[in-house]
Amino acid sequence: MDINQQIVDDFVANDISFVTTVPCKQLAGVIDEIDARPEIFHIPSNKEDEGMGLCAGAFMGGKRPAIIMQNTAIGVTINTLATLIQYYRMPLPMLISYRGELREPVACQVEMAVHTKALLAQMNIPTYHFHTQSDADELDMILKYTFMCNKPVAILTDANFWGGYGE
Amino acid sequence: MIRSEILKEIAPILRDHLVVCNIGIPSQELHAIDDQPTNFYMLGTMGLASSIGLGLALAQPKPVIVIDCDGSVLTNLGTLPTIANNVADNYILLIIDNGSYGSTGDQPTYAGKKTSLTKVAEACGCERVVECRAEDTGAVLQDALEARQMTIIVAKCDSGNAKMPVITMDPVVIRDRFMKAVGA
Repeated sequence: MDINQQIVDDFVANDISFVTTVPCKQLAGVIDEIDARPEIFHIPSNKEDEGMGLCAGAFMGGKRPAIIMQNTAIGVTINTLATLIQYYRMPLPMLISYRGELREPVACQVEMAVHTKALLAQMNIPTYHFHTQSDADELDMILKYTFMCNKPVAILTDANFWGGYGE
Repeated sequence: MIRSEILKEIAPILRDHLVVCNIGIPSQELHAIDDQPTNFYMLGTMGLASSIGLGLALAQPKPVIVIDCDGSVLTNLGTLPTIANNVADNYILLIIDNGSYGSTGDQPTYAGKKTSLTKVAEACGCERVVECRAEDTGAVLQDALEARQMTIIVAKCDSGNAKMPVITMDPVVIRDRFMKAVGA
């Protein structure tokens, strides 16, 4: 099965019905798939902390939310993760393109990649790293875990997972 | 008229609705004036009240009133295009615009200088934007509730804060009682 379909199937199976996105080239396929599903309300946000605010509101309104974003955004969402999502104890699956890893062609992306796992660890955010497509078989369990414990959870998906950049 | 006087005046209107209130002194003032389980107080995360309120309005049918301020809207200016392009007719964003950062010592904001948040909201595509004097806020808010149309209100008032205690309620308690009120 197409990996984008598989990911969004897991979202739908876990009742995720409110998804906000800030795009990344690697995430284009999964965002298209989100758009194609009537079960999911897709609301693009202009910045990832804004998106987390939308998700917090949707959660309090009874929906299960998720955010799709790039790892560079960890840098702009630390405060929101600490003082909104974690402080009020809300669940938030974060499907993150892990730019700056193996097969990355853009050197600047590496500058945030080297901080990504350290920042997530510092924040005590459970973090999973998808490197090959079979790793996505755990997504269903990760989503169940997220809504069980009411925490933000990071799913890092690197270039190898997405099949590279056509190099 | 300062923000706390507006809040006192509109408290009887707010009481019956879901309210998401901005961080800092605005939440402290609302909490002291009329604490309700239907109030969601932000204790941190400046700028996100309008986004939290929009997510809430899109997720369920009850009216949602967001009490925001000029400084916080400027912090998260990207919120206005998102609001304009995702219309929720149960959503009212009340921007209490006193032209200053009240919680940090009343430093002036750009909204108190050359920038008009009313015009910014209109330029972002918000269709029902009402600017009013502080004294008219209650009437404009009531009108917006009756219109059942997404509305951005910019209430112009004087700079200044009332002395109110810090909110000591646990955030999970605030969130839990608010969610029960949403579901009631």
